[in-house]
Amino acid sequence: MKILIQNGQVIDPASQTNEIMDILIENSIISKIEKNITDKADTIINAEGNWVTPGLIDVHVHLREPGYEYKETIATGTRSAAKGGFTTICCMPNTSPVCDSDIMVEYIKLKAQREGVIHVLPIGAITKGQNGEELSNIGKMAKAGACAISEDGKSVPSSGLLKTAMKYAKMFDIPVLSHCEDIALVAGGSMNAGASAQLLGLKGISNDSEEVIVARDVILAKSTNSKLHICHMSTKGSIEIVKQAKLAGQNVTAEATPHHFTLSDDFITDYDGNTKMNPPLRSKEDILAIRQALKDNIIEVIATDHAPHSVDEKNCEYEKAAFGIVGLETALSLGITILVEEGWLTPIELIAKMTWNPAKMLGIDDYAGTLSIGKSADITIINPNETYKVNPNTFASKSKNTPFGGFDVKGKVLYTIVDGNIVVANGELVEELA
Amino acid sequence: MLNKKDILGLKDMTKEEILEILKTAKELKTRIDDSSKRIDEIKGCSIVSLFYENSTRTKTSFSLAGKYLGATVQDLGVGTSSVKKGESLIDTGKTLDQMGVKVMIMRHSMTGAPHILAKNVSAHVINAGDGSNEHPTQALLDLFTILEYKKYFEGLKIAIIGDISHSRVARSNVFGLSKLGVNVTLAGPSTLLGSSGLLGVKTTPDIKEAVKDADIVMGLRIQFERQKTTSFPDLSEYRELFGINKEILKYAKKDVLIMHPGPVNRGIELSTDIIDGKNSVINIQVKNGVAVRMAILKLLYQGGTI
Repeated sequence: MKILIQNGQVIDPASQTNEIMDILIENSIISKIEKNITDKADTIINAEGNWVTPGLIDVHVHLREPGYEYKETIATGTRSAAKGGFTTICCMPNTSPVCDSDIMVEYIKLKAQREGVIHVLPIGAITKGQNGEELSNIGKMAKAGACAISEDGKSVPSSGLLKTAMKYAKMFDIPVLSHCEDIALVAGGSMNAGASAQLLGLKGISNDSEEVIVARDVILAKSTNSKLHICHMSTKGSIEIVKQAKLAGQNVTAEATPHHFTLSDDFITDYDGNTKMNPPLRSKEDILAIRQALKDNIIEVIATDHAPHSVDEKNCEYEKAAFGIVGLETALSLGITILVEEGWLTPIELIAKMTWNPAKMLGIDDYAGTLSIGKSADITIINPNETYKVNPNTFASKSKNTPFGGFDVKGKVLYTIVDGNIVVANGELVEELA
Repeated sequence: MLNKKDILGLKDMTKEEILEILKTAKELKTRIDDSSKRIDEIKGCSIVSLFYENSTRTKTSFSLAGKYLGATVQDLGVGTSSVKKGESLIDTGKTLDQMGVKVMIMRHSMTGAPHILAKNVSAHVINAGDGSNEHPTQALLDLFTILEYKKYFEGLKIAIIGDISHSRVARSNVFGLSKLGVNVTLAGPSTLLGSSGLLGVKTTPDIKEAVKDADIVMGLRIQFERQKTTSFPDLSEYRELFGINKEILKYAKKDVLIMHPGPVNRGIELSTDIIDGKNSVINIQVKNGVAVRMAILKLLYQGGTI
């Protein structure tokens, strides 16, 4: 079985390749990347005018299975990811039960192999049941294939316990992904503290609620000399802290979500639950700081924080509405529309933040995030010029909770190839879920 | 006539709409004490109140306002309804809609709840207080009372003192008073002022400064139920530093009006002699509340947008 991708703009940040070439896939493996490949193939994809990139990686996804299958399943979530151009995603542990054991890691991997259409790497919880009291089986989970640990959705309240976890995780060479939020400072807020919250009469979530924990975690990662990755950074102050740590030579990385580099809190003018997420949409000043930090590579990873919720969990009292929005099927388009079109990033810089950088952060760069001969063929083909209107009803995700419905965006995923299998062709899933 | 489906807040009401309500309330006020003047102007109108939070005066005031105009008024009794079985707000609203309810009066602990209800029902929705957002009918009765005593708005000076950050009354008043040209100063401990400065009015922790030359001083109740964390050390300190008493009122104008939306924590935000003193219109406010709510019900129902 041979697939030949012809005349595409091959963008591979790892090798800094950015030119028109052909790629030949033989038996799931990339066998050639060169100009004018003349081999015969079973399938030929004409990629003229399109980007051919390593399969996208999302390090921050909520697949909801087990426990919340009404929001999303491994089957639907991986299909949503595939439509968004992703070939590898990392799923957060806040399922029910929580992913805090090797058994759970095995279960998710097995389910993903059986029912998923892309690679799924589970993330283990830092503490048992995410209760913030006892360390979970970090070692066993790492051996079973957990790619990282995270308390996801909250911070470990005890600095002592977090420090122990960081030291311990280091033995297994997996990073700690930190959700940074001081719950006492959040104090029941439901959107960014600022003029919009004041006008709407909603309690605000201040920037300092994120920043004090970013500072704490950076300091602890320094004292334990461990690998820290800050999830969904949303404030200018957090960026400053991470920037200082990087300047001092510390091994800390950070991610931003598409919604945090696209929308500011003044977008919220009524009580539409689809605008509610954590961290919240921040001020214009914060957004510009995020974009600048992406440009300066203070933030080297773009991750979606894909958080599916049912209609009823969103169409209700705003303060009662669940935090989070789906993001897998809009991430790349928003990246192109906002970051590339507005000149913050070049195409290769954008792709690096969605492929090579997350692969390096996770330490999976030996097999993912790059286009290399002899490696498994995870490839995404993108038409960077196609414009379309976001229609949540077309999402493969089980949930449609997005504030981006009706947005005009640019850049569309045409093909997603996973291990040499075409999962998405011409923007549609090859095999719809039965 | 009010060309609006719902009364959700003063933020999205025009000056003309506010004045229309005040004018109508003035006409209707005489009917409160003189039952012979009552006319069943909205006969057949079914009104249901949904109070997800406790209330004495607002609920009773609405109920009587409806009855004085000939409407059928019923309280859902949220505590004993299907809400307790976990029914969603939207489903409860749609159920009442089907039963022919024309006006729903709602109080809720969460900001925006009446807005969500209004979007999902064809009945008129009146916000009787949502979270720490708005309490439009309270502000309208405050405006009515101010106009009744002062005869005009433009250039008046009001000091609103107390728990500003949790106060939907303060917010609705700020929106309404600003539209009518009243100078508003919000005062209280810095920890209870929140970010109210973003509303575009003056804020200060110095209550003497706030009260200086004020035409109106409005006290607000300390809302213990909305405070998640401590905002000041204790009541004795609050009373000493932020309580309104005779000494403080020396700085205000001689004919200053003393207002409070009630219920009052006597001796804390206002000293008892002030509450019961000659400048106090706290009880008048309650009566005017009925008049204003009659006006709103009449204007909404006759507006016929449903």
